[in-house]
Amino acid sequence: MKAFSTHAGLVMPLDRVNVDTDQMMPKQFCKLLTREGYGRFLFYDWRYLPGEKPNPEFILNWPRYHGASILLARANFGCGSSREHAPWGVLDYGFRVVIAPSFADIFYNNCFKNGILPITLPDEQVDDLFHRTEANVGYRLTADLPNQTVTDELGLRLTFEIGAFRKEVLLKGLDDIGMTLQHEAEITAFEKAHPIRAAMYEPVDVKLSQTAK
Amino acid sequence: MYEKIWEAHLVHEAPGQPSLIYIDRHFIHEGTSPQAFAGLKAAGRKVRRPDLAFAVMDHSVPTKDRDLPILDKDAASQFEALTRNCRETGVRLFDMNSRNQGIVHIIGPELGITQPGQTIVCGDSHTSTHGAFGALAFGIGTSEVEHVLATQCLSQFRSKTMRIRVNGQRPRGVMAKDLILAIIGKIGVAGGVGHVFEYDGEGIRALSMEGRMTVCNMSIEGGARAGMIAPDEKTFAYMEGRPFVPRGRDFQAAVECWKAMVSDPGAKFDSTVEIDAAEIAPQVTWGTNPGMVTSVTGRVPDPGSFSDPDEQKATARALEYMALEPDTPIVDIPLDRVFIGSCTNSRIEDLRAAACIVKGKKVARTLKQALAVPGSRVVKAQAEKEGLDRVFLEAGFEWRDAGCSMCIGMNPDVLPSGERCASTSNRNFEGRQGKGGRTHLVSPIMAAAAAIAGHFVDIREWDVDGVE
Repeated sequence: MKAFSTHAGLVMPLDRVNVDTDQMMPKQFCKLLTREGYGRFLFYDWRYLPGEKPNPEFILNWPRYHGASILLARANFGCGSSREHAPWGVLDYGFRVVIAPSFADIFYNNCFKNGILPITLPDEQVDDLFHRTEANVGYRLTADLPNQTVTDELGLRLTFEIGAFRKEVLLKGLDDIGMTLQHEAEITAFEKAHPIRAAMYEPVDVKLSQTAK
Repeated sequence: MYEKIWEAHLVHEAPGQPSLIYIDRHFIHEGTSPQAFAGLKAAGRKVRRPDLAFAVMDHSVPTKDRDLPILDKDAASQFEALTRNCRETGVRLFDMNSRNQGIVHIIGPELGITQPGQTIVCGDSHTSTHGAFGALAFGIGTSEVEHVLATQCLSQFRSKTMRIRVNGQRPRGVMAKDLILAIIGKIGVAGGVGHVFEYDGEGIRALSMEGRMTVCNMSIEGGARAGMIAPDEKTFAYMEGRPFVPRGRDFQAAVECWKAMVSDPGAKFDSTVEIDAAEIAPQVTWGTNPGMVTSVTGRVPDPGSFSDPDEQKATARALEYMALEPDTPIVDIPLDRVFIGSCTNSRIEDLRAAACIVKGKKVARTLKQALAVPGSRVVKAQAEKEGLDRVFLEAGFEWRDAGCSMCIGMNPDVLPSGERCASTSNRNFEGRQGKGGRTHLVSPIMAAAAAIAGHFVDIREWDVDGVE
């Protein structure tokens, strides 16, 4: 996973509450077998008119937000489906940071698996950021993970909370599975101490059909 | 109960770090697993416990004739990938031709793979369904699917707990679906973020296992990752004799273990919500998330009636998408299609209830389609044995094969743009059932009655004596 330390970039505001992962990545794109290439499908139904023509009304298509890499969002961002295709799309489009008053649990977790920094800030601060972004063309923020700050070029300096463990994982771009496998001996010991009896995972005298052909 | 299951599965814990918890059952489907298997392979890792993983094809499967070739190339490549991955790793697969195939959250309990006290995960947010058996069950992302395949563990922070107490008894015509929609309407779609729900109270105890699964299924729509209900005699009666459930003396021993995995009297929760089942009317969603819901006797709200500006905007936007005018009575909303199915409401009891409503009647001529899609092939076979397929077909419904169908529209069952559907599924998000499609979530009997009338009706005014 890509490590994350600090990131400075153009901010794009998305002024909607409860943005769900179905909106971020509609189901027709969840049939691909890769983790890459989802950026062009991000917010597909909002972003395109029939024939994949960019919808000029959707903010992602506004010229002033081209090249944005920080997504400013509203409460409960990323609710709904667990599809990791949503954060894959966010990242592949070019966003490295998402700022919102709150995130849905699964999406929040998924961000950390993909080198995206989700920043939670109080409502009033997010409101203020929305005002600043809308009032200033080319508005940029710097997200500094080591110092846990968000700053702009106009003197704003906000601090954010993040769990120490999650911070370290992002800073170092740690491989989750590798970390867990360091506890291999404990996993094996757990399995020995808690044997799951075959009777509970092998079908009992009932013939199952796993395939008919 | 949450804490008991958590403690029983702790492999490693250290201050300030997520705990490593052992995963008892891992369900896999074609939609969120190919990248996980690919990642595993690329890293040269093996599936640690293929015996504890169960794969099934459900999201993208066609619900019409399975003998025909799969026309959707992307779906076909998903099926090929899942078949290959399971063959290479030894994971058991119920493919689309298996007579045990079905929606992952239907077949887990149906086969008895789902058991009380277990930790259960799946790359699907509706994994919360399995909590109806007193298991800790939650949805995970694809990276976590890979993690579980490699280690049979997950690294997780402990959640908060919320008790949702349902007092009193449901009036006639009010189903489990109405209960959970009313709960979500009360707490909001973010009300449970960071929490695991435990449902209890008289209104929950009175539910069948099918009804409890419907309630737990939609916990995620209230923001919670998991929802659970303590197992009781109904749970054990449902489980006994199912393929993966131990028999005889082993079963009795298992029941004793399961009985111990429930909340102690006086257990503490981080918060409690109470709701009175007796006061709940049949529910209908009017907006674009499951919290945008009202009673069938209600009206589409006016955005101006909300005090919060974000909510005003969201409501206005939802009404625009749904093409609804404020103050329209719910029963005046005309429909184009009706969908009875999904991991929320496609179990045998749901189909029996819906069939009871449509029996001897005809689908309204104004309707373009009415679909009845059993959640599994076992449900389908049972329904056919009871003659429910004939009831649906004679009324003008289409009777389909098992799968996620029009809940998600990843398969050929898609709601066309601009059309309005009464659906027994779980999400009314924009475009969920098909781009531009407009979804109203309801119970199976409300959907069945809407199919007959061509618009929503208050099911309590109909004869519902045969239901349940």
